[in-house]
Amino acid sequence: MAEEVKKFLYVNRKAPYGTIYAWESLEVVLIGAAFEQDVSLVFMDDGVYQLTKGQETKGIQMKNFSPTYSALGDYDVKTIYVEKESLDARGLTLDDLQHLIYEDEDEDYAEKDSIQLVTSAELADIMEQQDVVLSF
Amino acid sequence: MGLLHTVNKSPFEKSTLDSCLRVAKDGSSILFIEDGIYAALDGTTYSDKVKEAMKSKKIYALGPDVNARGVQSKVMEGIELIDYAGFVNLVTEHDSVQSWL
Repeated sequence: MAEEVKKFLYVNRKAPYGTIYAWESLEVVLIGAAFEQDVSLVFMDDGVYQLTKGQETKGIQMKNFSPTYSALGDYDVKTIYVEKESLDARGLTLDDLQHLIYEDEDEDYAEKDSIQLVTSAELADIMEQQDVVLSF
Repeated sequence: MGLLHTVNKSPFEKSTLDSCLRVAKDGSSILFIEDGIYAALDGTTYSDKVKEAMKSKKIYALGPDVNARGVQSKVMEGIELIDYAGFVNLVTEHDSVQSWL
């Protein structure tokens, strides 16, 4: 099938658990990835909280969906942008977030980092380069 | 024993915390729940505002909501973490509850 591959960008701006946006976004991302589109994700504003390490949801009796982010690499989602300004405002660094990786099939399946720290200015360029932007 | 205010929205996304702090009287209590717990964290652009409030008000955060969000290690000093039973106790100890939404 020589169908056109489009660039999809999913913009995640909501904290997890308080609302359903984070989980719904993850579901849509996985569906989109199954259609072999060029998928990348942005985490900005409270969306950066979706990626924190050590989430333990037993106490609020909700499903802990944070392990699902580490499966994104297996779905060929290799590019995850995290906005630096959003981390800074929240006193967070990349060390507070999960270490997400993918296997690069062009380099003998070497493990590579999925997360790229970007500035707002870089994000502006990234958004402009997309065919489709979906916001959650 | 005065009012118990609960705040369930992230301070980065809604003005709920600002409104609460604007009208909460000295000696009242504030409990952060759900996405409101992000206000309890140190090193954020909101930390100073919450620290200032702590001088005149007792501030709590609901532990299960903190743990769910993976930010246990960042809760600022002086904020008391409570569980659901503690939440119930706070409600019974105060004259009434103002739930900021």
